[in-house]
Amino acid sequence: MNGGKRLPYYLAALLILALAPAYLSSYELSLLGRFLALSILSLGLVLAWGRGGILSLGQGVFFGLGGYALAMHLKLERLGAGEIPDFMEWSGLTSLPWWWAPFRSSAVALLAVVLVPPAFAGGLAYLVFRRRVGGVYFALLTQALALAFSTLLISQQKFTGGFNGLTDFNELFGFALGDPKVQLVLYWITLAFLASAFFFSDWLLGTHFGKLLCAIRDGENRVRFLGYDTAPCKAAIFALAGLFAGVAGALFTLHAGVISPAMVGVVPSIEMVVWVAVGGRESLLGAVIGTLAVNMGKDWISSATPELWLFVMGALFVMVVTILPRGIGGLLEPLLQPETVRYYLKIGRYGLVRWLGLARREIEAGQTGSAMKQEQVEQNA
Amino acid sequence: MSEYALLLGQLFNGISVASILLLAALGLALSFGLMGVINMSHGEMLMLGGYLSFLTLRFAPARAAFALAFVAAFFGAGVFGALLEVTLIRRLYGRPLDTLLATWGVSLALQQAARSIFGPIGVEVTAPKWLAGSITVKGGALGGLNFPFVRLFIIGLAVAVLVVMWAIITRTRLGLCVRAVHQDRDMAEALGVRTRLVDLVMFSLGTAIAGLAGAALALIAPVTPTVGQSYIVYAFMVVILGGLGRLLGTLLAAVLVGLFSASVQIFTSVSFADVLLLTFVIAFIQLRPRGIMVVRTRALEEA
Repeated sequence: MNGGKRLPYYLAALLILALAPAYLSSYELSLLGRFLALSILSLGLVLAWGRGGILSLGQGVFFGLGGYALAMHLKLERLGAGEIPDFMEWSGLTSLPWWWAPFRSSAVALLAVVLVPPAFAGGLAYLVFRRRVGGVYFALLTQALALAFSTLLISQQKFTGGFNGLTDFNELFGFALGDPKVQLVLYWITLAFLASAFFFSDWLLGTHFGKLLCAIRDGENRVRFLGYDTAPCKAAIFALAGLFAGVAGALFTLHAGVISPAMVGVVPSIEMVVWVAVGGRESLLGAVIGTLAVNMGKDWISSATPELWLFVMGALFVMVVTILPRGIGGLLEPLLQPETVRYYLKIGRYGLVRWLGLARREIEAGQTGSAMKQEQVEQNA
Repeated sequence: MSEYALLLGQLFNGISVASILLLAALGLALSFGLMGVINMSHGEMLMLGGYLSFLTLRFAPARAAFALAFVAAFFGAGVFGALLEVTLIRRLYGRPLDTLLATWGVSLALQQAARSIFGPIGVEVTAPKWLAGSITVKGGALGGLNFPFVRLFIIGLAVAVLVVMWAIITRTRLGLCVRAVHQDRDMAEALGVRTRLVDLVMFSLGTAIAGLAGAALALIAPVTPTVGQSYIVYAFMVVILGGLGRLLGTLLAAVLVGLFSASVQIFTSVSFADVLLLTFVIAFIQLRPRGIMVVRTRALEEA
């Protein structure tokens, strides 16, 4: 990718987002913060699906793993030695399960956020791609994974909070989450994560590895004939997508104050694919725009007429795939090429000059015309 | 109830689940093997069949209603499938992942449509009287075992459909064309087979069978907007396990998944059964990545 040439546009967009607290209300800002967190996940989908050709219908699982890992820590942060979270008490547990205990430490929780999702994603992808199983199979398997994960979360109520998930958080590292100042800092932290993920992805797509992924997507067997082992490459990019999803899940949990099975199941996972499909699967900037646009649209439509949303989402899928396979990004990217911009500027300048020239001539012609008329009038008289 | 009876009972449950899975997965496996396309709205064909059978039973004359319900489900879903193929799937030929997304969109819209029309709570279909009873084993080692007629009927239906499909594929001209297109699409086309027509017919037949499955399912459980979604993921697992383009593979895989779920549920809860099934499928493709039955070719598959 020619990230260097487009840097000015990226930086301009970043500046607009960074200054958002100045011109948005606190409610709008908290929504934008959530959506920016989700955009990190979308970047992962661009890498794995747009570039690597690996469609995941279970991205919600990795999102959920990150979100739950942090939420478990948030539930334990204020508790004393023998105490257990409220929902466990209601379910009749008397002591903390052994696998909850390490999450008392914030370091463990943060490590879990950045290690568990990519390890799980990479492991799964390696196991499947090692045996050269096709992309459609992988998509179906990830969907089954999303189903299994969400049913497991719902059924194990005493360990996971069940259908309601984990909520009612107070503070993180001693900062009260309800404090507006903390919310503001959280917004900027989210933006910083998004920007780092964005620039890292942009860099990665331009490397040898990025080109190799493209080659694997377009002709995996040919890449094999050239001597590459494709399975580890695909596993690596899918692990990275898992990492992005996990981080997105953790940040989203902080913004929304809740993580529940309703955000990790089959339908939410496929919704994540819609964001990227609408935004443009091959464009990082498009994916972010798509995520923001679709989520704002969802927020707007579901508050007006909730039934309409599934129809809209269904229609979006069909339309994007048939009419606009490259999404918004496919429309935007050529416009943002420096050559194109220069070309349009040139056309614009030429057109302007021409237009002005013509106009001047017309004015002159008009003047002569009216002068002639006047002469005629005088002659007739 | 003795241990044997319990085990046998679960075995029967497994076969009964397998027969519905088989009906749901047949169409998926056929069109995936033939066209390389997965129809994510296939589950909604089950739903469509269920609602059509509900409507028929409500409005048709009582005497013939039961048979009519199955006919309506079969043809209703089949016609819908044909429409879907012509308007959408044909346009996305050679882009399997995009087809998957587009048909998922259709599936969401259909689910929401069903929710708007029939409400989020399911509608009940009452089976006719002659299906209401059951065979119960009295006394002996298998005492207490219960075989409901409805479930036996569904197993019989699945076997009948399987036999008919087998006959079509091995004994008719259409079947010959299907096998030819499956083995080598370009060659078949060069020899005058109208491959797009074969695609259309098989796709529509697959959705029609799913409609039948939906009508059968309506006899044992209420029809809800999400009934398709709850079965379809297992049907996908059947397709993955079964391998492409062989009826026997799909049959074996359906029985395997049905029995696996039923036997796992003896030891653990339903939610863990899902996790174990997925683990089982992933472990299985480590051993046989192309499924139980493989059509051997020398082609280098990109799918």
